[in-house]
Amino acid sequence: MTLDHVMLSRMLTSLTLAFHIIFATIGVGIPVMVSIAEFIGIKKNDSHYILLARRWARGFTITVAVGVVTGTCIGLQLSMLWPSFMKVAGQVIALPLFMETFAFFFEAIFLGIYLYTWDRFKNKWLHWLLTIPIMIGSSASALFITTVNAFMNTPQGFELKNGKAVNIDPIAAMLNPATPSKVLHVITSSYMTSALVLAAITAILILKGKRSEYYKKALRLTVAASLIFSIGTALAGDISAKFLAEVQPEKLAAAEWHFETEKDADLILFGTLDEHNQIKNEIRIPKMLSFLAGSSFDTKVIGLDEFPKDEQPPLWIHYMFDLMVSIGSFAIFITFLFLISWKAERFNEWSKPLLWGVAITGPLSMLAIEFGWIYAEVGRQPWILRGYIKVAQAATTGEGVGLTFIMFAILYLVLAILTCVVLIKMFRRKPAETELEQRFQIKAS
Amino acid sequence: MSLEVLGITVLWLFLYGYLIVASIDFGAGFFAFYGKLSKKDHIMNDLISRYLSPVWEVTNVFFVFFFVGLVGFFPDTAYYYGTALLIPGSIALILLAIRGSFYAFGNYGSKNNIFYLFLYGGTGLLIPAALSTALTISEGGYLKKDHDRVIFLVGKLFSSPYSWSVVLLSIVSVLFISAAFLTYYADRAGDVRAREVLRKFALFWSPPTILASFLVFVSLREHNPEHFRQTLQVWWMFGLSLVFFFIASYFIYKKKNYGIAFISVMLQFFTAFFGYGISHLPYILYPFVTIHESVTNETMGTALVVVFIAGLLLLIPSLYLLMRLFLFDADYVQGKK
Repeated sequence: MTLDHVMLSRMLTSLTLAFHIIFATIGVGIPVMVSIAEFIGIKKNDSHYILLARRWARGFTITVAVGVVTGTCIGLQLSMLWPSFMKVAGQVIALPLFMETFAFFFEAIFLGIYLYTWDRFKNKWLHWLLTIPIMIGSSASALFITTVNAFMNTPQGFELKNGKAVNIDPIAAMLNPATPSKVLHVITSSYMTSALVLAAITAILILKGKRSEYYKKALRLTVAASLIFSIGTALAGDISAKFLAEVQPEKLAAAEWHFETEKDADLILFGTLDEHNQIKNEIRIPKMLSFLAGSSFDTKVIGLDEFPKDEQPPLWIHYMFDLMVSIGSFAIFITFLFLISWKAERFNEWSKPLLWGVAITGPLSMLAIEFGWIYAEVGRQPWILRGYIKVAQAATTGEGVGLTFIMFAILYLVLAILTCVVLIKMFRRKPAETELEQRFQIKAS
Repeated sequence: MSLEVLGITVLWLFLYGYLIVASIDFGAGFFAFYGKLSKKDHIMNDLISRYLSPVWEVTNVFFVFFFVGLVGFFPDTAYYYGTALLIPGSIALILLAIRGSFYAFGNYGSKNNIFYLFLYGGTGLLIPAALSTALTISEGGYLKKDHDRVIFLVGKLFSSPYSWSVVLLSIVSVLFISAAFLTYYADRAGDVRAREVLRKFALFWSPPTILASFLVFVSLREHNPEHFRQTLQVWWMFGLSLVFFFIASYFIYKKKNYGIAFISVMLQFFTAFFGYGISHLPYILYPFVTIHESVTNETMGTALVVVFIAGLLLLIPSLYLLMRLFLFDADYVQGKK
């Protein structure tokens, strides 16, 4: 590996995105949870849920701020690190980028209003209604920006002539083949991860001895939401796999270490590769890959052998894929177990192992988001615009990428630490119990 | 109106919008920090945070909007500016990131943390300086094209009187615009003590603003005579700008009509900014990028304009609601809500 402009540009882009998606994911999912909690609170006239919405929204402001600034960073870095790419593709993807900003604008306006009008309207439903534009804005910006990423995977809606994009059809570019499955997977997994992060925080607090009604309601709500969103994510993931098998087979083949095109393809779980690309130590599920790719056990699955060597993605993305899927399955399992224990009288949903299970699933699912993105992005290497422009042709020729990388690395480190410190301080300083008493005159029991 | 003129007008309007809202925001951060240092924070910091809290995110969007739109309408700019601005652009981004996040850390998290306030206030003055680099570069003379490579002549930028006069202008304008707005806001809140402090700031920063503007003209004549000649053709816009400046300063000095004073400040910058913009055309980046050659293809241009209009139909009522609730609601401004 040489640290040339291309490598450094890739490193900086990865660094910014890896950091940004933590906050972007939360930014898409938390508004939904806040909205649900406030809705239940008003409907049931239960102050516990209202307080949940309030406290989540308050913490959300901190993560939104970091999300906004890192989003601005990646927005500009696209042009600064990949100027040649933007010069060509900018013509084709300007529309969704523009629309994303609109969606974000819309969200920003209503988030500001929402946060500062908790006690301003007589009719409580009016305040709840404000969550709708926030959810529309945050999910729509995820949608639009994902169409851009989908376009880079399956470009269409233009022709490349002498290095210039011509005959552009902006709508066709947005509605490219990868768009539906990608958008669905991004949005469901963001909802899922946000719900699980909130569930994990609650589970940790309960493990630390908080036992009042407030925490119990919080955990039941977040775990129930997590299960629904996890199942949605799994379905979306399945749709994505089928899409890949059909349209972008080299990505699936690299992820599954599927070297030769064949029917009755086996699914490889984990394992290692030796120097001759022989698979060792794997768990092999016969014919499962064919089933995943086409819903029948004898579907023909295209292998890596059909692609020239210099157009194959690296094989280590296999681990990313497997880790993502394993965590997703574990999330469904643990949330399902919790709900069964809650509904079935004989079990205890507050048992320590179960709470620990929920507690680790939060951070794990955030890791799964990272693994999933790494898989999706590295899986289209060496292309930046699949089939048109390779990454190596698109990077900046400007001086100082290395220095810039170091500056941003320090920035993100500081922001990461301070975000945690500030959030923890914020909630410790004003515990839910005090707030329940002061605001709603409820004694915590 | 042709597509490229429409495009650049829309973008220029957004940049102007950013100039105003960001100046208020940047200046307010600096005044809040200064207030804390000089132990005047109890007088005005509540007022400042009451204004900033609901709107800081919106401010940031104006900026994102501008650069996304610029790359959309004129993709060549991504190539030249992208390559040239790697270092100055990254510095500006890091400052923006520090400012945005530390605002949230300070305002929602650890209140009254002087270090957070310092970063937030300090960056407020550095960002305009960093961002104005882009405008300076647009005058030409700081980039060299060598085959397929764009080379940014950093040394030239740092030793150029023109670039320093732009930096100076950006900083003093920020403080002037912000102080004029906050004086008006304090007046609406009926907060006489805060108003007096802020009014002094406004008066203090008023002469440097106009001096710095002249300095920019003088150094522009040296740096890009061609552009300077063109500014003379729209001299009346700059003349109007001066008139609005005097109206604003007069009312602030006479302690009356703070609302009109602030509108005059807005008009002062509007006329000057558009005068500058018009005389800059047809170049976006002299002499590499003109609006005619680099404009995006027509399909995309039309799609952008359609989305832009649709977006405005959504945004204008929402912005109106935001202002009704937080800017023109007397009870909120006075801190009763």
